Amino acid sequence: MTIADVKRLLKAEILCGEEYISKDVHTACGSDMMSDVLAFVKDQSVLLTGLCNPQVIRTAEMMDIICICFIRGKRPEESIIELAEERGLVVMASDMRMFEACGILYTNGLSGGAKVE
Amino acid sequence: MSNLSLKYVVDNQDFTRAGEASSDVKKKLKMMGVPPEAVRKVAIAMYEGEINMVIHANGGEITVDITPTQIIMILKDNGPGIADIEQAMQAGWSTASENIRALGFGAGMGLPNMKKYSDEMDIDTVLGVGTTVTMKVNICVSHKI
Ligand SMILES: Nc1ncnc2c1ncn2[C@@H]1O[C@H](COP(=O)(O)OP(=O)(O)OP(=O)(O)O)[C@@H](O)[C@H]1O
Ligand SMILES: [Mg+2]
Repeated sequence: MTIADVKRLLKAEILCGEEYISKDVHTACGSDMMSDVLAFVKDQSVLLTGLCNPQVIRTAEMMDIICICFIRGKRPEESIIELAEERGLVVMASDMRMFEACGILYTNGLSGGAKVE
Repeated sequence: MSNLSLKYVVDNQDFTRAGEASSDVKKKLKMMGVPPEAVRKVAIAMYEGEINMVIHANGGEITVDITPTQIIMILKDNGPGIADIEQAMQAGWSTASENIRALGFGAGMGLPNMKKYSDEMDIDTVLGVGTTVTMKVNICVSHKI
């Protein structure tokens, strides 16, 4: 699916990176702990999180994640969105809960997130 | 390509800026044409180390030396030091406070992850004086920059 499909499925609002929403994504992960994203994620392109601070953007940057979706109605501050914009990331926000958001993406064909080795 | 040395001061007062050094290094390595696997290893290992300097120590200094075959990161802080390195290296062991966990860190996964992503890692620590973590990532010889 594309990032545009993720937006549609999660009934999300795009906060930045509109120009990249036709990019393809195959895998996603969901976590509120950046420690776990850094330690367990491998080649995921979408991050779902309820954590709302600049380190979410930096973690995505280090992990080559291209799309971040803030869930549970979290709205990042302007400075966080700017940070993402500079890095060419897509940021969106959805009111869904983590379980629901992951379930919907999974059922629609995105494959697994955090992987323990 | 000649060797390049980068230096960063890591401020411990401002959590929002933690990771700026790692972000800059990642950008520069990409621009220099370092193979993506090496860039990713450096970025993740250095970011974990930089976050540790901010949340566990009092900030410090990072030097990154880029040679045609290796990237060497030296992270030096003046924090409390690590009492038991073996324990600190265990996955899941953390002294992070509830505050830090609320910021999304403190799972005790950083040091093991730094070890995983670097080809060589060495920790030199003195209680009450500080910690220096040295990590090396090899650039695969067949794609030398
Ligand atoms: N630079 C440092 N100075 C002092 N103590 C440190 C330093 N780095 C790590 N430690 C100690 O080692 C422990 C383990 O570090 P590690 O990075 O593995 O986990 P963490 O930082 O607590 O959580 P995570 O990295 O998963 O967010 C820390 O909780 C802390 O007690
Ligand atoms: Mg850590």
